[in-house]
Amino acid sequence: MARVQLNNLEKVYGGGFKAVHGINLDIEDGEFMVLVGPSGCAKSTTLRMVAGLEEITGGEIRIGEQVVNTLPPGKRSIAMVFQNYALYPHMKVRKNLGFGLKIAGRPKAEIDAAIDDVARILEIEPLLDRLPKQLSGGQAQRVALGRALIKKPGVFLFDEPLSNLDAKLRASMRVRITELHKRLKERGLSSTVIYVTHDQTEAMTMGDRICVMQAGHILQVATPRDLYTHPANLFVASFIGSPEMNLIDGSMSDGMIRIGQQSVPVPAALDARLTAQPEAVVLGIRPQHLRLVTDGAPALEAKMTGAEFMGHEVNIHALLDGKQVVAVTSPAEYEAASRAGDRIRLRPDPEALHVFDKASGRNITRPAVMH
Amino acid sequence: MTDLTHLNALQTRRRVRNQKISAGMRYVILFAVGLVMLYPLIWLVGASFKTNSEIFSSPGFIPAEPTLEGYRQGWETSTPFTFGRFFWNSFLIILPKTIGTAISCTLVAYGFARFDFPFKKILFGSVIAILLLPNVVTRIPQYILFRDLGWLDSFLPLWVPSAMAGDAFFVFMLVQFLRSIPPDMEEAARVDGCNSLQTLIYIVVPMLAPALISVCLFQFMWTMNDFLGPLIYLSSVDKYPVSLALKLSIDTTEAFEWNRILAMSVLTITPALIVFFVAQRYFIEGISAGGVKG
Repeated sequence: MARVQLNNLEKVYGGGFKAVHGINLDIEDGEFMVLVGPSGCAKSTTLRMVAGLEEITGGEIRIGEQVVNTLPPGKRSIAMVFQNYALYPHMKVRKNLGFGLKIAGRPKAEIDAAIDDVARILEIEPLLDRLPKQLSGGQAQRVALGRALIKKPGVFLFDEPLSNLDAKLRASMRVRITELHKRLKERGLSSTVIYVTHDQTEAMTMGDRICVMQAGHILQVATPRDLYTHPANLFVASFIGSPEMNLIDGSMSDGMIRIGQQSVPVPAALDARLTAQPEAVVLGIRPQHLRLVTDGAPALEAKMTGAEFMGHEVNIHALLDGKQVVAVTSPAEYEAASRAGDRIRLRPDPEALHVFDKASGRNITRPAVMH
Repeated sequence: MTDLTHLNALQTRRRVRNQKISAGMRYVILFAVGLVMLYPLIWLVGASFKTNSEIFSSPGFIPAEPTLEGYRQGWETSTPFTFGRFFWNSFLIILPKTIGTAISCTLVAYGFARFDFPFKKILFGSVIAILLLPNVVTRIPQYILFRDLGWLDSFLPLWVPSAMAGDAFFVFMLVQFLRSIPPDMEEAARVDGCNSLQTLIYIVVPMLAPALISVCLFQFMWTMNDFLGPLIYLSSVDKYPVSLALKLSIDTTEAFEWNRILAMSVLTITPALIVFFVAQRYFIEGISAGGVKG
């Protein structure tokens, strides 16, 4: 069992700078938890505290049932994969893989068997007698992965492991890591993963759950789907999803939504989901849910400023009350609209429309019932 | 069209010729300057095979009648000991000093570069201060200290301070080198279960190897060349290292046998030269990577 619990975890640096503000997070055994956030949000610091590489200044960390606050990294049943691999440069791949077991004092035969086993799983058998400097980025990454795997730890910690790879390799490594996680789980091995990244695509595609962090606080912990369909606040809304969610300032009163000079009635489907009625709001609508309309029903007027042809769809850029918005449409719809000039009418899907309280940034819409 | 091709060929040929000329010039100048710098050394080697009278009669460095007489007589020395004894003495000082320096400076530098401890800044500041302190200033207090310890006329004052990381320069050099190595590998080692000492031995020292080789080389050469230290602390001839022994052959004979002195000088610089050429690659890697340009 390797459940990981962070209870009121705090990190204050020597100069008085508070990096982590008493966060609470409960990671289930076997769960793939992704910590995501912009740089400087303390996601790496948090991971390093779990690893024991960074001192904890407040709160506690439990791995399994044990409080590990003062345990050295080697005694925490963890393995870590670093961003720049951190392979030992003077050791061949074989020794790099076996080093942890050697330090643990395991017999040589057992170490050799474990090395062969891991090398087979990761397909790095031909690389075993090379030095790290003779490896490509992808190969080095696989060796680093192997070094973690060989220890059969309770918890795997990944610190932006794919950010030094090119886009194509990153995509294939992503799949490899998730498959590996699934395989470990099927074999009944402990396979809790804490994965730090700043890349929301990695977070969305890999995580069982995602923990979005900003400036040392946890903003939301949810499954990728929940995070996407129901972001808890403005920050999460803008951070998750590509292209980014359109966020438009407006106000709401007397059953009308006003954006600049325009006003449209609050759709019934949205009204039913509202949990509060502040006046100043921010409307959040994903580009996929902003439809081009040609009928006479209420919609928002906008001026088309450009379009990106993506193949199967077109990203239309438009100015709405002086603010850039993006709408995703089909090529056919785009052509029809562009023939009629640069004046377009956009209607948000009321089921997918989010309303945020401008003052607090909180999402004040309930999730729509999924059909 | 053919004219153009012809012109192009002509230009290419001219360019190649110019390049050859400038390369030739460069080598001539470099060779000349190199020769000027090396000439004393070449002369030294040449003169060590001359007879004492020929040294002063001909300015060239190729001996007219090469003889090993200088080496034979020089080796015997005017003392009851052969020069081999003095080499052995040098070795007895250099060995513990170099090994001790490598170990102690690594430990101290590792501490400064990777750990936080109280008064670290003040302590490191004092290391730098020692670096800037002229050696002469501490000679007398050191002498008195070692006299009180009863270490006079022994090798101890010559190597013990260095083996206790007393050479601030080496500590500083290793700290700088360590700072240029990312700490990730050490963190990986800690995750792999190493304690600080294991991390140092298995991970840091191998990465530090080029710098450590430079440290050992510097220490070797400086100790080999050190004259003042042995002069101050050693009084019995049987404990003299080669640097003092060379001087010995100057003032004990009335008419200086220059060929003996030169022959022994050649022998004295030989170990340093051999060691330097063997370890040259690491040496250059070590000092340039550490940011201390030699």
